[in-house]
Amino acid sequence: MGPDFFLYAIATALVIYVLTGGADFGGGVWDLFAKGQHRERQRLVIERAIGPIWEVNHIWTIFIVVMLFAVFPDAFAAIGVALHIPLTIAMVGIVLRGSAFTFRSYGLQPDATRRRWGHLFAWTSLVTPVVLGMTLAALASGEIRIEDGKVTSSLLAGWTSPFAIATGVLALVLFSLIAAVYLIFEGGGEFRADFRRKAFATQIVAVVMLVVVYGLAHLDAPEFAARLDASPYIWPLRALIAFLAWAVLAAIKNELDWIARAATMCQVAAVVVGFGLAMGRHLILPDLTIDDAGGHEATRLAIAPALVFGAFLLIPSLYCLFAMFKGSPSSGDDH
Amino acid sequence: MDDLLSARSQMAMSLGFHILFAVAGMAMPLMMATAEILHLRTGRAVYLDLAKRWAKGTAILFAVGAVSGTTLSFELGLLWPEFMRHAGPIVGMPFSLEAFAFFLEAIFLGIYLYGWKKLLPHWHIVVGFLVALCGLTSGVFVVAVNSWMNTPTGFDYVDGEFVNIDVWKAFLSPAFPTQAFHTAISAYSSVAFLVMGIHAWGLMRSPKSEFHRAALTIALGFAMVSTPLQILSGDLAARHCGNEQPIKLAAMEGLYETQRGAPLALGGIPDDEARHLKGAIEIPKVLSLMQGFDPEHEVRGLEDFPRDEWPNTLLVRTAFSIMVMLGMAMMGVVGWSAFLIWRRRELPTGKWYLRALVAMAPAGMIAVEAGWCVTELGRQPWIIHGYMRTSEALTTVPNLVWHFGLFTVLYVFLGITVTILLRNHVFAAPASGAEKKEGR
Ligand code: HDD
Ligand code: HEM
Ligand code: HEM
Repeated sequence: MGPDFFLYAIATALVIYVLTGGADFGGGVWDLFAKGQHRERQRLVIERAIGPIWEVNHIWTIFIVVMLFAVFPDAFAAIGVALHIPLTIAMVGIVLRGSAFTFRSYGLQPDATRRRWGHLFAWTSLVTPVVLGMTLAALASGEIRIEDGKVTSSLLAGWTSPFAIATGVLALVLFSLIAAVYLIFEGGGEFRADFRRKAFATQIVAVVMLVVVYGLAHLDAPEFAARLDASPYIWPLRALIAFLAWAVLAAIKNELDWIARAATMCQVAAVVVGFGLAMGRHLILPDLTIDDAGGHEATRLAIAPALVFGAFLLIPSLYCLFAMFKGSPSSGDDH
Repeated sequence: MDDLLSARSQMAMSLGFHILFAVAGMAMPLMMATAEILHLRTGRAVYLDLAKRWAKGTAILFAVGAVSGTTLSFELGLLWPEFMRHAGPIVGMPFSLEAFAFFLEAIFLGIYLYGWKKLLPHWHIVVGFLVALCGLTSGVFVVAVNSWMNTPTGFDYVDGEFVNIDVWKAFLSPAFPTQAFHTAISAYSSVAFLVMGIHAWGLMRSPKSEFHRAALTIALGFAMVSTPLQILSGDLAARHCGNEQPIKLAAMEGLYETQRGAPLALGGIPDDEARHLKGAIEIPKVLSLMQGFDPEHEVRGLEDFPRDEWPNTLLVRTAFSIMVMLGMAMMGVVGWSAFLIWRRRELPTGKWYLRALVAMAPAGMIAVEAGWCVTELGRQPWIIHGYMRTSEALTTVPNLVWHFGLFTVLYVFLGITVTILLRNHVFAAPASGAEKKEGR
């Protein structure tokens, strides 16, 4: 059994993570930017929206990590060395963010203290996606070099270039966009209108950032950019992203919230898929493809059915969870 | 601090931190579901109040457990890339299954914590049991990985490469049955003692509280079932070590000389230079009897093994003694409780009894930490016993001491915060007012 199945599994997990866990980060960003007299009320709505699902959503990262070391162990080892610094920062961000969120929700502390947890949650929600985006960009940068399974580039290679930083910002903006579009469904009246406005503005920033990242890729990650331009799917993909971006804006203007939500999800997924298309079978550009990422046939043969079996348990359970808490506008259950 | 020591310390600290939350994540859902069943059976509001209060505390513990666990998965690559490069494909199976167990656990937990009003009571209880079940399985899966590190199987080792991999054989390595059993039980016994201690303190402060009384009853029930099993499984674990990890057993027992009729040594300080356990009280032949049910059974000593493969005997022996002493003390408390209940036919609440429970509150948690020190330090200098040394697994990234420092500060901060928050929960006014209605 070839390794491609697992590449698709990882890609799928990444897309789902961006669309679910990404929105949880975005929720934190909107918590940070909550303004005006309804500020605390807004924060409560965001907290209720994230509460039941964030722990599930972040397990997609664990799934990706496990797949990497079980099936592509050389890639996992190389990433652990080359991206040691940004991943460590991301870990601190993830730990602080998850804890602060829960301390605020369940803390039984004075309001002032809880507000401080809220700030920590919001700020770490802002920083962590940027670092995650930088990490992903580093894989595409072409600066991480590997010889005979050993990383030979420096610990700063790949993730500190303008391209990487712009990708980090793009990740943040896309996460905020998804969150804004989802949040339209979580509150009533004025709240909806507010998040429609926010989603509209964020979409415009997102389009600008897409263009910026694309341009910077040609400077800092030439091989990645060349592969992107050479892909036979690039024109349909560009057209699709442009159409969806327009559709999101139009749907928001006309208050067609369901369409806005679906189009945003497709648009963000298309961006991730575009990244994947340019990477092709590379896990780290240019030195490591899925064919020379180590791993054993026997492991692949055993784990593939386990994934299928797991999916049979996972999909209905996930459906139950989301149907319960995301099916209808939030009713403010006690917890 | 050199890089190897920093990395090992960081791993030990992260795991030692995570395990405290992991055991709570395994045991608390079962206790909450039990409280809910009692509510359904007796109709007393105090049980529902208890389940809800425990649920709030557990939500905090769970979140910290989840984020510290996530960090661990990354740390395996950040600190031990060479280990993961070789071990990843071999132990990929339990890790993959664990990921699904985490998914289901987090899904059911979300439904449990936020679905009090959305689900009928009996469905809510079912979900509680599912959380407990998934927590237990995820714990068992990760222990399978650790068992494999202790007794690696399921591959051939040819020219420094691991080939002919059999993931299922690696999953079911020789150490797995006893280690999984002993670890799983330790979650329930350690959490039961902690909960007993907390609510015993509550009862000392407000003796009439039905809330603390109900909590103590449930926790005591858990302790009475799990503690004897803990000792039993520990006995099995020690016998397994004698057969499969003899050098670890020798370090635990402070036994230098291979011998028939080996004595059981109590106390004592191992002296590797003199190859002698200093100042120990020796009970003749008992170790041989425990290991082989035969006073003349041969037990291997450290001398049988090359000197550079010895673990740190002082630490292993000390940690083992702490675990066993605490295990005996926990058994003593359980026996005392059983005696009092048999005599008086009600929950004992005497002053000295409650004081003892408060004093014993951390016993289980300390035993868990000590037990893991035995397992992990006892495996040194190997990360994969017999195949890869810990020093060979280390990352090439320099200055790991910074990494260690950063996470030490982070975890100390989180540990203090969680303690404060839990204290607030335990001593907050009851939510439902059940206290007043039922107070005697
Ligand atoms: C509540 C906690 C607790 C208590 C009271 C005990 N243990 Fe334990 N012990 C653990 C919690 C634990 C643990 C933390 O769960 C460990 C670490 C790894 C493992 O498998 O379980 C462990 C490991 C461990 C090992 C090493 C296993 C290995 O490395 O493969 C042995 C030999 C024992 N234990 C034996 C005992 C004995 C003879 C006890 C009798 C009093 C005892 N334990 C009480
Ligand atoms: C949660 C309970 C656990 C605790 C408290 C624990 C404790 C420790 C300790 C004390 C060390 C340091 C050993 C030394 O100083 O040399 C260590 C190392 C290590 N443990 Fe564990 N351990 C636990 C479970 C596990 C599990 C389940 C795994 C399997 C994935 C694991 C993997 C490792 C690794 C990779 C190291 C570093 C290499 C080494 O020093 O051997 N541990 N752990
Ligand atoms: C014997 C040692 C361990 C046991 C018994 C254990 C058990 C658990 C349990 C029950 C949880 C659920 C969350 C909670 O209760 O707080 C959890 C969370 C987690 N653990 Fe551990 N664990 C152990 C060691 C490890 C190790 C070595 C790793 C990494 C390789 C790890 C990775 C994780 C991850 C990623 C999570 C988060 C899952 C979530 O978000 O729910 N654990 N662990």
